[in-house]
Amino acid sequence: MTEQSIRIKREPFLRVVKKTEVSYGRMVLLSLLAVVIAIVAGGIFILAIGQNPFEIYASIVKGAWRSKIAARGTIKLAIPLLIAALGITPAFHMKFWNIGAEGQIIMGGIFATYFALFWTGLPHWMLLLLMFIGGAIGGGLWGLIPAYFKTKYGTNETLFTLMMNYIALYLIKYLTEGPWRDPASSGFPKIASFAPNARLDQVLGVHAGWLIGLALVAVMFVYLRFSKQGYEISVVGESINTARYAGMSVKKIIMRTMFLSGAVCGIAGMCQVSGAAYTLGDGVAGGVGFTAIIVAWLAQLNPVVILVVTVLFSMLDKGCSVMQSDFGLSPAVSSILQGIILFCILAFDFFTRYRFVLRQRRKA
Amino acid sequence: MKNEAMAIELKQIRKTFGSVVANNNIDLSVKQGEILALLGENGSGKTTLMNMLSGIYKPDSGSIFINGHSVAINSPEDSIRLGVGMIHQHFKLVEALSAADNIILGAKEKGFFLNRSRSEKIREISKRFGLEIDSEKKVYQMSVSEKQTVEIIKVLYRQADILILDEPTAVLTPQETKRLFEILRRMKEEGCAVIIITHKLNEVLEISDRVTILRKGESVATVETAGTSAQELTELMVGRPVELSIDHPETYFEENLLEIHHLTVCDEEGFEMIKDISFDLNRGEILGVAGVAGSGQKELCEALAGLLPVKKGAILYHKENLVGKSPAEIIKMGISMSFIPEDRLGMGLAASMGMVDNMLLKTYNEGKGPFVSKKAARELSKRLVKQLDIVTPSVDTPVRRLSGGNVQKVLLGREIESQPNVLITAYAVRGLDINSSYTIYDLINEQKQKGVGILFIGEDLDVMLELCDRIMVLCNGKITGIVNAKDVTKEQLGLLMTDASGKGGHKS
Repeated sequence: MTEQSIRIKREPFLRVVKKTEVSYGRMVLLSLLAVVIAIVAGGIFILAIGQNPFEIYASIVKGAWRSKIAARGTIKLAIPLLIAALGITPAFHMKFWNIGAEGQIIMGGIFATYFALFWTGLPHWMLLLLMFIGGAIGGGLWGLIPAYFKTKYGTNETLFTLMMNYIALYLIKYLTEGPWRDPASSGFPKIASFAPNARLDQVLGVHAGWLIGLALVAVMFVYLRFSKQGYEISVVGESINTARYAGMSVKKIIMRTMFLSGAVCGIAGMCQVSGAAYTLGDGVAGGVGFTAIIVAWLAQLNPVVILVVTVLFSMLDKGCSVMQSDFGLSPAVSSILQGIILFCILAFDFFTRYRFVLRQRRKA
Repeated sequence: MKNEAMAIELKQIRKTFGSVVANNNIDLSVKQGEILALLGENGSGKTTLMNMLSGIYKPDSGSIFINGHSVAINSPEDSIRLGVGMIHQHFKLVEALSAADNIILGAKEKGFFLNRSRSEKIREISKRFGLEIDSEKKVYQMSVSEKQTVEIIKVLYRQADILILDEPTAVLTPQETKRLFEILRRMKEEGCAVIIITHKLNEVLEISDRVTILRKGESVATVETAGTSAQELTELMVGRPVELSIDHPETYFEENLLEIHHLTVCDEEGFEMIKDISFDLNRGEILGVAGVAGSGQKELCEALAGLLPVKKGAILYHKENLVGKSPAEIIKMGISMSFIPEDRLGMGLAASMGMVDNMLLKTYNEGKGPFVSKKAARELSKRLVKQLDIVTPSVDTPVRRLSGGNVQKVLLGREIESQPNVLITAYAVRGLDINSSYTIYDLINEQKQKGVGILFIGEDLDVMLELCDRIMVLCNGKITGIVNAKDVTKEQLGLLMTDASGKGGHKS
């Protein structure tokens, strides 16, 4: 070794260090900071396209809540997102990466639609109950299949659940163009609109899905935090070996939890078909199953925080569409703006886990 | 001139993690041609300190001198370039490659092609330091001690002249340890500086020239080995006088608890890891299980706990066959198994849960209704904290934030509190400091006096000879001997472990 090489180079200018533990207060502060930075970054974009950021932002917030109709629209957007995010939560708690919420929503919708189309003779509440249970079972089965293969053959759940989404989506296409095609619709293939009997009631101007969603927030919170099954989910998520050593049946827990996860997503699908669309189309999930992953993750899998995040998301979504029509902007503009804001918030997740250390001048 | 300078000199090193001070005011130095032992309880900062030398961490303040020059070690690469070689406790080798390939791995040499002369160079190094190695042998075919030799050659190949060994003897038989020490002495003659981290005092006394003792993150003393004793070292390490012998209470239970007949067990990949073994366990008895790592200890534990299917044979507990019962049923019958894996947390504890939630692991299902009741678990946690001196900010602090010794106390405390009839404990004191180890031996002896049958799977033969009543030796999944602890020596056990008499069949 030469003397030259011993004279070591200097420290790197910037280092990334993992934080040990972050206090709760700091976490909240960082999250707020993330929102502020997101708004500023979005503002720069708005300036770049020659608009006034303050006006645009004002229009987004106002747009979401300015009238009863607007507010109802916002809540209507929030319902499937909330329920799907709650559905993903138990699976993610178990570190089972269920990205198949989209497909599970669709299957819930398909099962519910079956009852809506062919069991219309039943009393209203009984039909709705059947549709609710059917939706849950449909979504649940769609979640159970990848869980079964995972426990039996060790398949990768991420890919498996993702692929199941496409199967579900094309199943709708098949049903629309084949067996369930509405004979009354000439030319354009679609499934018939539901009879009023199969439509979810309105409560305070919005379909009752919001009540189901709020109830699920409470149920999921209690289930995960206080129930035995919730405890099992946490242990399996922590370490499968620990769960085995404690005598838990890991396979059973994984399958049960994935059925539950899919079932809740299926309920979201049922609410969509019977509360919002009154029919089944291939837009029934419309990407909600993926957005729900972001919501659940940002909320750190806490059901109550999921509610808050969902409302903010829907507000942004609804407000942007109002803003874009008010200002006569292209829809792409609001998509880009949403993307920028989301990107900033997600990127900030990094700062809650890591910090930068600048080079210090060291005393000899 | 060069011999005048210290190979390594650390001055006033300080390192903190958040609010935890891991190292403070540490001074340490090693000359060339000297073996320094680094001694300290768990959590006293040994590993942190060594990780700073190998470039994994950076000190907050203080300075490091290598061969008299002040240096900043920013990465493992820097550390290698400065001639520091670290031999970790867990080998970092590529199993599918040969010894030679592993040795040149990561050694950045000029040119596009692999250096043809590498075998020659390896041979030359081996000869110089008295190492024996078949450089074409694949790592997965090697014994633990051979793997360690490869690790040593690896750092020597990179021209390291400062070697750090982290608990190198933990996985070796007494015979292998002796050979390692010969190698270390040879290195010393060749002018290398060696730092050895170990818990075993007799080894410190045997191999080192000087000893530096760390306590609570600070270097409390450096003494010449020739002028010290095990007693003095322990006192420096713990900070007060400590009794160094393990109790061995006699019990008079005649009852037989477990009978194992012709047990054969395969691991998850279908390899036979336990081959046709038979033994029994009595009430109030500690049966030790000795063997080189990977001789089937883990599979034996898991089979007894119902976690691995039994291929052949029977496990009789009070004459009732356990084979085919579910793990939960076996737990209910009063058979408790705690296996302390190398990472300590992987089995038996949920790392990001607090003590309270961890207490619930085996009992959460007992109460009625769909909800978990945490009241009893909370009281139990508080009692254990007091009884076993567990250091934790609160009973809800995630257990991964506790130090290794405390984690183990939590785990064993829970198992013992479940009042088992059979207690299977594997590596109960793995990596624990002297003080905590003795707490655990006391706990185990207490259970023995209550009439519990204990299967003690251990690593340290000295401890097993004192603690156990009988010792069963496993080698490649077969029993090579069951002996009375009183009538056997460490060397005899060592021979059984490597199956010198050939009873256990050939090596796979």
